[in-house]
Amino acid sequence: MDLFEYQGKQYFARYDIPVSAGDVALTVDEAVSAAEAAGYPVVVKAQVQVGGRGKAGGIKLAADADEVRHHAGNILGMDIKGHLVERLWVEHASDIDEEYYASFTLDRAAKKHLLMLSAQGGVEIEAVAESDPEAIVKLHIDPVDGLDLATARQAATDAKLPERALDGAADILVKLYRCFTEGDCDLAEINPLILKPTGEVHALDAKVSLDSNAVFRHPEWEAYAATEVLDDREQLAKQNGLQYIGLEGSVGIIANGAGLAMSTLDVVNQVGGTAANFLDIGGGANADVMAAALEVINFDQDVRSIFINIFGGITRGEEVAKGIVEALGRVELRAPIVIRLDGTNAEEGRRILAEAGIPESRLRSEPTMLDAARAAVALAGQN
Amino acid sequence: MSIFVNAATKVIVQGLTGGQGKYHGLRNRDYGTNVVAGVTPGKGGQEVEGIPVFDSVAEAVAATGADASFVAVPPKAAPAAILEAAAAGVGFVVCITEGIPAQDEAKVFNTLVRDYPGTRLLGPNCPGIISPGKCNIGITAGEIALPPSADGPNVGIVSRSGTLTYQALHELKEKGIGVSTCVGIGGDPVPGTNFIDCLREFEADPETHAIIMIGEIGGSAEEEAAEFIAANVSKPMSAYIAGVTAPAGKKMGHAGAIVSGGKGTAQGKMDALAAAGVRVGQNPTEAGELMAEIVAGL
Repeated sequence: MDLFEYQGKQYFARYDIPVSAGDVALTVDEAVSAAEAAGYPVVVKAQVQVGGRGKAGGIKLAADADEVRHHAGNILGMDIKGHLVERLWVEHASDIDEEYYASFTLDRAAKKHLLMLSAQGGVEIEAVAESDPEAIVKLHIDPVDGLDLATARQAATDAKLPERALDGAADILVKLYRCFTEGDCDLAEINPLILKPTGEVHALDAKVSLDSNAVFRHPEWEAYAATEVLDDREQLAKQNGLQYIGLEGSVGIIANGAGLAMSTLDVVNQVGGTAANFLDIGGGANADVMAAALEVINFDQDVRSIFINIFGGITRGEEVAKGIVEALGRVELRAPIVIRLDGTNAEEGRRILAEAGIPESRLRSEPTMLDAARAAVALAGQN
Repeated sequence: MSIFVNAATKVIVQGLTGGQGKYHGLRNRDYGTNVVAGVTPGKGGQEVEGIPVFDSVAEAVAATGADASFVAVPPKAAPAAILEAAAAGVGFVVCITEGIPAQDEAKVFNTLVRDYPGTRLLGPNCPGIISPGKCNIGITAGEIALPPSADGPNVGIVSRSGTLTYQALHELKEKGIGVSTCVGIGGDPVPGTNFIDCLREFEADPETHAIIMIGEIGGSAEEEAAEFIAANVSKPMSAYIAGVTAPAGKKMGHAGAIVSGGKGTAQGKMDALAAAGVRVGQNPTEAGELMAEIVAGL
């Protein structure tokens, strides 16, 4: 789960990472109140989960209330690379001497935590990695050991941060590492990390991605779920506990298992079609799960055919078949279904479907994944 | 032969008294797996359909001589359960638990490396391992796997995805090809056992004559495996990578399955494997057909 900048900063503050005084604003009036509280000059920042906000005109400096009104009015409702700006973050503008970059992630290949630190901040770190890879210090941290202040200070020295920034940077790195580990982040990034003329080091931006597996030990994350950016289909799927990702195509996909679902998308693509979604119903697909899945797919106006791809391991074929028949009784589907049912008790399942009296124009069985994909793609083209 | 497990493997089930543990543990026993004990703290002295339950792994190991454990407990309890098995000297731990936080996985993995080098962890979030006809630990439906034939050729399977593992077993069974061992390493960011660990074992296993590898988008495990294959694997291989059409930045169900920053794409992985001499199928069926061709030529 990705956080907005303002949520990231609030999360940082829980771990004593210094951030600018500021507040979130949904309206122009709220922006002015936030600015008055933070103290002028302020920066008015669009809250969208996409890079390049500044270039798009989504970040503006304001010296007084009139300027805040002007900028907030322009930025609210702005479309930045397909993301609608619904919120602003208004914070006290900082004086900046230098800009750095710092982040913690998990390096999957090394199976260790990875600190990336650079004296070249404020720009895309990928660009620095391309043009000047030497400018990024990469330090692996054993999760069992953690990160201590001395190691953090050495990393800052290695990254060629100036002497007067070393203590402040080391302190923030240790706090950011705590936020990353105890806060269960997939990514905790500060870009830019700034050095002020006063010698203080400070987080000017916050990019935080949370590991949703850890939600059970973070009741405070509930607030973030409310602002998660989901389209209507994703919202409906989430309510039903389904693993769903909306795509742009015309063949609705239902499969059991993430790998098989991905594979189903691929096969549809190979035979010339496009998938409308990724949907993994997981193991043990009963009638309720199948009905919910079909409902989500049915909600999508672009779907012209539905490809159900089930390989029964634990999931039994006859249960899946019963689920579909029952679901068809509950949901009025706009698009026809093509099903490929294989594995445990598949024959029994196919028999149940055949005997349910569903016309072939609404539901047909195909013996293999490829056959079913071809049939579903053909149906999507015909309608 | 087989890899990691065999007909003599003695298995305990951590969480045997819970829903998942009981269901799969008993299924594994019905398949013929030597399930010798269960472990649930506070329920020592009970029995589950004739299988004795102990309070701790150490007690279960002392009483039964178990050398493998099947961890089927919820995400909150799984890290401690894995480390308890390692501390009790269990050499092979299979964890099917889905939803363990990545921070916990990273800590468990590095603790095993440092303090319990004699323990191999398979998973978490994996379907488990099956050596058809000998041993089945995990959630794989045993009947979809064809046991190896005495004179071969037999195929080893290693896969990051659960249902695609079944698909591979199914494709091979349809073609009458026996399987030496099928290992599901799981789709999480920090798997205890990776492709290379399995490829090394398959290369050394006299009962395995060819290998199917099934990967998916995200991370760089397939690229690293390709490097290993080029240098160390002499047995013929086919492969399939799921997620060619997956959009960047979206997690495809598995915590590890995400294309980010242009890295971890299916095409990049397929190219790396092809360059290492692996025959790469465009879908699971094609990978099975390529394997049938390979086996016919052995």
